[in-house]
Amino acid sequence: METANTNYNRRSFLKVSALAGGGMLIGFNLFSSAKAANLVPTATPPGEAAGLTSFIKISPEGKITILAPNPEFGQNVKTAMPMIVAEELDVDWQQVIVEQAPFNTKLYGRQFTGGSQGIRQGWKSLRTAGASARQMLIEAAAQAWQVPAAEITTEAGVLHHKASGKSAGYGAMASAAAALPVPKDVKLKAVNTFKILSTSHKNVEGTNIVTGKPLFGLDYRQPGMLIAMMVHPPAFGQKLKSFDATPIRKMPGIQDVFSIQVYPDEYERQIFDDRTFNELVVIVGRSTWEVMQAKKKLRVNWESMADRVEKENAFGQKREVTIPGGLESTDAHYAKMKERDAQPAKQLRRDGDPEGAFKSAAKVIERTYTAPFLAHNNMEPLNCFAHVTPEKAFLAAGTQAPDFIERTIAARLGMPIDKIDIQLTRMGGGFGRKAYCHYMVEAALISQKMKAPVKLIYTREDDMTYGIYRPMYSLTFRAAFDAANNLTGFHVRGGGIPESPLGRSEGNFPAGAIDNYLADEWALPSNITIGAFRAPRSNFIAGAQQAFLDEVAEAMGKDPIDFRLELLERAKKNPVGKNNTYEVDRYAGVLKLVRDKSGWGQGNQPGVHRGVAVYFCHNSYAAHVVDLSMKDGQPVVERVTSAVDCGVVINPIAASNMIEGAVVDGIGNALFGNLTVKDGKPDQSNFDKYRMIRHNEAPKKIDVHFVQNEIDPTGLGEPPFPPVIAALANALYKATGKRLYTQPFGPQLGKSIQG
Amino acid sequence: MHSLKKNELNTIAVATFNLKINGKISRVDVDPATPMLWVLRDHLNLAGTKYGCGIAQCGACTVHLGGTAVRSCQLPVSAVGKEAITTIEGLSAKGDHPVQKAWLEHDVAQCGYCQAGQIMSAASLLKSNPKPSDEDIDNAMSGNICRCGTYTRIKAAIKTASKR
Repeated sequence: METANTNYNRRSFLKVSALAGGGMLIGFNLFSSAKAANLVPTATPPGEAAGLTSFIKISPEGKITILAPNPEFGQNVKTAMPMIVAEELDVDWQQVIVEQAPFNTKLYGRQFTGGSQGIRQGWKSLRTAGASARQMLIEAAAQAWQVPAAEITTEAGVLHHKASGKSAGYGAMASAAAALPVPKDVKLKAVNTFKILSTSHKNVEGTNIVTGKPLFGLDYRQPGMLIAMMVHPPAFGQKLKSFDATPIRKMPGIQDVFSIQVYPDEYERQIFDDRTFNELVVIVGRSTWEVMQAKKKLRVNWESMADRVEKENAFGQKREVTIPGGLESTDAHYAKMKERDAQPAKQLRRDGDPEGAFKSAAKVIERTYTAPFLAHNNMEPLNCFAHVTPEKAFLAAGTQAPDFIERTIAARLGMPIDKIDIQLTRMGGGFGRKAYCHYMVEAALISQKMKAPVKLIYTREDDMTYGIYRPMYSLTFRAAFDAANNLTGFHVRGGGIPESPLGRSEGNFPAGAIDNYLADEWALPSNITIGAFRAPRSNFIAGAQQAFLDEVAEAMGKDPIDFRLELLERAKKNPVGKNNTYEVDRYAGVLKLVRDKSGWGQGNQPGVHRGVAVYFCHNSYAAHVVDLSMKDGQPVVERVTSAVDCGVVINPIAASNMIEGAVVDGIGNALFGNLTVKDGKPDQSNFDKYRMIRHNEAPKKIDVHFVQNEIDPTGLGEPPFPPVIAALANALYKATGKRLYTQPFGPQLGKSIQG
Repeated sequence: MHSLKKNELNTIAVATFNLKINGKISRVDVDPATPMLWVLRDHLNLAGTKYGCGIAQCGACTVHLGGTAVRSCQLPVSAVGKEAITTIEGLSAKGDHPVQKAWLEHDVAQCGYCQAGQIMSAASLLKSNPKPSDEDIDNAMSGNICRCGTYTRIKAAIKTASKR
């Protein structure tokens, strides 16, 4: 049994106090073990949370309330995090009430949603808080009953003393427990004794979702609220020159038309202050439809921008970035990437003598893979409610990074940070996009100007054409073979607009498995803005690398899974180089599991073609086998078999859902995802031109399997997404005999496979 | 009442509509061209019907008009007339429509934003076709996009609901 020290910070991590009307309040900082900067507050918040955080409340009646700290966008963390607390507290899950914590950095620590880190970073804190509360309730009962604490057991929120036959609900002991000191060390449950965890529990918001309750930012409203929309330049590389509001000022319901400057000229951008258009025209009115009508009639003149320099401050690293002027086009982007890829690049990793291996090779295979910009296309377009008064700023919005944008809003409004109050709403999708919260700054500025509560709504077109895309990427792989057809050298060159997909992944497989290895990269500047998109960088690397390894295996006459396992065996027995980031056994583990569960190598059904891929990112391992048939030149995905190692599975029904969704998302983006630009202007602005995967294109069946182990849990939002793209590509090759090197695949299939 | 002209200042005349929504008559005074989506959301505080694209491509705004699924973003209030409108809030009194129950049983939702539209499309399908095939489901549901990719669960939930 694991023991957790509750004092593992420089300050106490956990504090217990009495609730106003009796009962117990257990407060702690979720990520206290992760980051010193976000530790326990010094200011004392008012009300019943006085002193510290507010995570678990036990009322005298035995009502258990657990606050879910992290923003929710479908990763189901609002169910999972309270489940972890409830497990160690040892209560009946059916009796637990889950509430969304309001945003408050001082109270709840780091409330960032991204990087698949929520569960991984919260695991120990959540367990320790639950276990500490349970231990204090036991102590209170021991004192009340005059029996040794060690003889008291708990079950489903009830304390028992077997010898005397005494028992009491948690509520009865809560007030007394609140007066006791916090135990220094608490025992955590053994994984194999979990009752709530690793058992499926339905989404706590399920009923609210299926009955249409107003959970989302777009649903938020207050009396007297005005509606605002903005008009941004139609093309990247343009800015506002002038506008004529006269024709629309008298339209019904219109209250005001003006422009805002989102950030001051000399503003030093923080990491998520990525903004595309710094000056916007804003229309404010009574109702959404009226403002939309006015927006269509607004006359605006735009002008091209020259090269400009922006100041950046990424986690304390200051630098100046030159953003080129001019109107860019996708065709030119591909041509420039090809040209740049042939030039020398910045070396990231070098093992052995890669140049020598290629020079003496009997055979070399070289392939270049590319992928386009992708728009996040969350179903809920960007929006934010703001009410800014001279005294304070209140905002309600879906955001993945409230503690980052809070600082930005405070700086922009010139208000102290404790006057900024953000209410977190459920997010209608995020996928990285809602870490970039320029829309919240905009809403705050509009409300400040209007001196009224305002909701800023982006139209679908505004949302899709704003930028913050997944970058355009290029990866060139070269493999060297000796005369006996052994793999002797490997070279990966990453590039992109405006960033390379490599950089932080140089320790990832197959590095460590090949004697002579080289990784290098380049990047081309652009005025098209980019941002985190589900599994940043990995979302392209996996698709390209795992397709290339398929080709290498074929060249060596080896089964794709056997070949990968051989490489992994090499990396285990005699690893090449240092800083290899993956655990070989877990990597091989998901491959073997997917091989066994998919019936790999046991003969395909006629007309069914299979592809496999495996990848490690964001601390978890995922492998997929895609089975597809072809109909009228397009793939019909008959089945996807998925194997995932994310350590302990918190909530299997939700974990499977996340993986199924990643499979659908990966196949959809690989077949259709494509944001192209011409003269700076996106060619796609709505779902009539931007193809999203739909019901009839989704896999008929997705079978999800987990590696069973007791390793601390790691993330699931991102890891299953990247490798499915390669599994699809490899299956398409089996089906068509053609390797596809450029995403999206769909348009090429229609042409190449007719008849 | 529905033939009012726009004048030179682009001021649009407002008209009164008595709409039958979720079994009740609701009166709104709006521009006749206003789509039902915004009448529901802005004027009647029924926010369960979602805005996703505004051009009938994503299905997030699906409601029932006379029992049939329609995209409310493309349905002007002036075209409704006496037809009854049902939104997600009115699909069942207690959230226990067979489709809603099946959605909970399969734990379909991830972010949940598109699900009201998905449920309204599914309920309409089952009303006209109580035992749909996989192909029937694909045909009826392909106008509803789910960005989180819950399609396989939606299909399973529709099949569960069809057995009730």
